[in-house]
Amino acid sequence: MSDIVIEAKKLSLTFETNDGPVHALQDVDLTINKGDFVSFIGPSGCGKTTFLRVMADLEQPTGGSITVNGMSPEEARLKRAYGYVFQAAGLYPWRTIGGNIRLPLEIMGYSKENRVRRVKKVLELVHLDGFENKFPWQLSGGMQQRASIARALSFDADLMLMDEPFGALDEIVRDHLNEQLLELWAETNKTIAFVTHSIPEAVYLSTKIVVMSPRPGRVTDVIESTLPRERPLDIRESQEFLDIAHRVREGLRAGHGDD
Amino acid sequence: MNLYLIGALVFWLAAWALNVWLSNLKPTRLTKLLVPLIFGITLLVIWEWVVRGLEVKAVLLPPPSMIWERFISDLSQLGFIQMVFADGPISFGCGNSKLCADFVQTFIKGALSGYFIGCGAAFVTAVAIDRSPFLQKGLLPVGNFVAALPIIGMAPILVMWFGFGWQSKAAVVVIMVFFPMLVNTVQGMQAQTAMQRDLMRTYAASYPQKLLKLRLPAAAPFIYNGLKISTTLALIGAIVAEFFGSPTVGMGFRISTEVGRLSLDMVWAEIVVAAIAGSAFYGVVALLEKATTFWHPSQRG
Repeated sequence: MSDIVIEAKKLSLTFETNDGPVHALQDVDLTINKGDFVSFIGPSGCGKTTFLRVMADLEQPTGGSITVNGMSPEEARLKRAYGYVFQAAGLYPWRTIGGNIRLPLEIMGYSKENRVRRVKKVLELVHLDGFENKFPWQLSGGMQQRASIARALSFDADLMLMDEPFGALDEIVRDHLNEQLLELWAETNKTIAFVTHSIPEAVYLSTKIVVMSPRPGRVTDVIESTLPRERPLDIRESQEFLDIAHRVREGLRAGHGDD
Repeated sequence: MNLYLIGALVFWLAAWALNVWLSNLKPTRLTKLLVPLIFGITLLVIWEWVVRGLEVKAVLLPPPSMIWERFISDLSQLGFIQMVFADGPISFGCGNSKLCADFVQTFIKGALSGYFIGCGAAFVTAVAIDRSPFLQKGLLPVGNFVAALPIIGMAPILVMWFGFGWQSKAAVVVIMVFFPMLVNTVQGMQAQTAMQRDLMRTYAASYPQKLLKLRLPAAAPFIYNGLKISTTLALIGAIVAEFFGSPTVGMGFRISTEVGRLSLDMVWAEIVVAAIAGSAFYGVVALLEKATTFWHPSQRG
């Protein structure tokens, strides 16, 4: 039991809009265990981001139940149980890269030397050492996104919630960051929930792939990956990889047949 | 046609040609400085020679040289430390210089104190309004209403309330700068993106932390806008308020009485002082803005 990080049962979320209710999530059941790398994949509007935001207590579910580390999402948020990485880097432009990474540490009341040590450590983790005193707008998009990951890592939460963090980046940078993310996951043994709409990305990264379909947002398939935890980039040419990717694609297609 | 007019025309054409030539050169720091300088000098020279050439009466438009003479002869009466002891502590070493005494009375005492009180109060109000939707709904329309009051109508009333001294001028300035500062700050407090707000929420940040680390920094460019607009409003307010009653000192007092005595050179000298003080005031705030909000896209260039 203590291994369960996220447990959702019959989770629903309906937005009331002027055009009538929108069922962003309907009856979603899902369990995420400690150390899992779980990807959420599906077309736009399937509720994958909404689900992540519910875990982070940024949206309130309208039905069902969800626990994060055995607590309500709000309690988990107040205990700073997770680090959240948004679609865009969202660095504060008035702070340097170091200053941005320091921000959560300042808010959470870490001591000065502890802050200095942690900033240095996470900058090395994301290979940004030497850029501490640069301002965000002086860095490329990929570097900014790495800085935002460092920011989420800095206070060492066991759970990372990542909402399409590499969505706006080009293929080459993306491959590179995916590799680094896997390294990081292996080093830190964190639980990661990762939203994407790229099939190769989902298959390459995950131990568990959650396929979702839109309107109403629901889970159509949960695939436990058989790939080893150690994954070089060329694993993407192996038959096993292609089989899993095929199953994900089938799941997505089935979801689309609904509308 | 007389020599002055021909001279003005020739000077104008020559300066024009020079500026066109300079503008076509590679832009350097020197040419960037020279072009507006030549432009300004040309205006003054044309003013001087056209006034002399057409024999315009000094009452209508004194030539710049006359204004300058008045300016210098007034400032030559500036007193120094020993004068302060002789006149008591209030004289600030102005001696017999009227321009200096007027500047201290109107700008330092009236405009500056009103500026700090008004902008400070507006800032505090904006932060309070931001936290309470009730105040936001209640105070902003009232602020709108106050801003719509004609300052010319309010000034005599404030003089009645606060007396002839600089305090009533500061009160007029407070009313003038309060609203633009308030509106800008309130708008600035909303200037974060949803993502920036969500980030603070994921950190479970407290209200003061959100205020200090997100809302105020994000609002800074707006706050500086309010501060910059207010610099010019403060000077205008302090001068205009003196038209409705003042001690026998002050820029507004001097302008209205010297017009009555037809000594327009003194009026123009006051205008020169007001222009220098106003530009310097604005410039200082703009420099402060450049130094602290260098991160904003509008300042990065």
